[in-house]
Amino acid sequence: MEYVSKIFLILLSSILVNNFIMSRFLGICPFLGVSKRVSTAVGMGAAVTFVIAMASLITYLAHYFILVPLKIEYMQTLAFILIIAALVQFVEMVIQKTSPSLYQALGVYLPLITTNCAVLGVAILNIEEKYDLLQTLVNGIGGALGFTLAIVLFAGIRERLESADIPEPFKGFPIAMITAGLMSVAFLGFQGLIK
Amino acid sequence: MWEQLLFPVLSLGGLGFLFGAGLSLASKKFAVEKDPREDEVREALPGANCGACGYPGCDGLASAIVSGSAPVDACPVGGGPVASNIAAIMGVEVKAGERMVARVLCQGDCDQAIDKFRYHGINDCVAASLLADGQKGCSYGCLGLGTCVRVCPFDAIHINEKGIAEVDREKCTACNKCVVACPKNVIELIPASSEVQVACRSQDKGKVVKANCKVGCIGCQICVKACPFGAMTFENNLAKIDYEKCTNCMVCAEKCPTKAIYADFSKRKTAFIDEEKCIGCTLCSKKCNFEAIEGARKEKHRVIAEKCTGCSQCAEKCPTNAITMR
Repeated sequence: MEYVSKIFLILLSSILVNNFIMSRFLGICPFLGVSKRVSTAVGMGAAVTFVIAMASLITYLAHYFILVPLKIEYMQTLAFILIIAALVQFVEMVIQKTSPSLYQALGVYLPLITTNCAVLGVAILNIEEKYDLLQTLVNGIGGALGFTLAIVLFAGIRERLESADIPEPFKGFPIAMITAGLMSVAFLGFQGLIK
Repeated sequence: MWEQLLFPVLSLGGLGFLFGAGLSLASKKFAVEKDPREDEVREALPGANCGACGYPGCDGLASAIVSGSAPVDACPVGGGPVASNIAAIMGVEVKAGERMVARVLCQGDCDQAIDKFRYHGINDCVAASLLADGQKGCSYGCLGLGTCVRVCPFDAIHINEKGIAEVDREKCTACNKCVVACPKNVIELIPASSEVQVACRSQDKGKVVKANCKVGCIGCQICVKACPFGAMTFENNLAKIDYEKCTNCMVCAEKCPTKAIYADFSKRKTAFIDEEKCIGCTLCSKKCNFEAIEGARKEKHRVIAEKCTGCSQCAEKCPTNAITMR
């Protein structure tokens, strides 16, 4: 029972309390880059979710079955980046084949998931927190859902801001930055949720 | 000792190999068929990725051209040769599009135009224009602080010694960057063959223009009346040339009282009639707006050089191509 509640805590904490964008400030690049439309934000969220979930699984296996037995844990970053890059390439091919319009909308941000620090962040945090396989997966998927939640909410706000009467110097990115800051403050409210 | 080196190399190399093999399999399975012309068009483009066409880089334009959403001559930098190469790939005819060059439509240099204050701020036209519309008395004039010079990727625009931007027409590729950058909108793309421009952007009333600048358009509309081809229009207190109709006769520049219409008279041409070919049909003398061709029916015609303005209307009309413009 304690185990189940821990899993639940990890899920809640990775989605809300330690939201990758709003609390850890990882993965800001696509957060600002592809958040103009809710539909592309959802697509980006889905792609990142897939990559993070797969990356969590494979990096876990790679860490405990390759790096640890060979005592080369210091190659962690390199190995993880290799895995993430391969995964992103794969996702890119699949998206280009299955949904050209999403591929167009994501543009350069799709290959940039490779260097998205949220992905690498999840993978490394999983190891550092000494999670087991299930916890790793839950943390990964939770983190990715948190990312999707933040980017979709943000895109929704930006869509509405587009028709708002914003003073000229604040149009575009400045107001987006302010919005992101306010959202981050709002997410701070989850901080006391888990003790 | 060797293990420390061997294990990482082998394990990571193995992982890399594994992923590489997986990806190459996936790329076969998920291969997207691409129009082969896209690569060819991409090859034909300059590859500077300057974005002057409005598409994200040359790749973006290539796919737009192949999909038909952009014309084959959409690359302003490549110009005619690139357009015809792409047209060959796409299997279409290209009309030899008129080469455009940027021109600075202001002659209000330090001799001609007054300043309303001395500007000591950041050396940038945008910054200066934020301060009471810039230091120039005329709020439409070139500020001469070189914002356009800094954006030009081709070193084709410079500030001359009198403090006005000037375009090197040979180097200009009509990439439009200076036109966008200029806070005064004083730069415009104009057909390269055109030798006449209204070199003033002021929409002020004549009195205001005159107080600020000796070479501004005062809105007298003498040019509109003088133009024999109806190429001159007038709106917002400013004369405007319709380059489709303009024949470079330069009559407007001659008549302009303030010389706000700029024309390079050294480029003015004169008609010459080849007497061997002339059949005395009088078509040319009837066409001439300036009575610059004399000669009776069935006789060899002659051009009166002083009257000829080089508008080349006669040469276009001549049925035997006896008239050349020199």
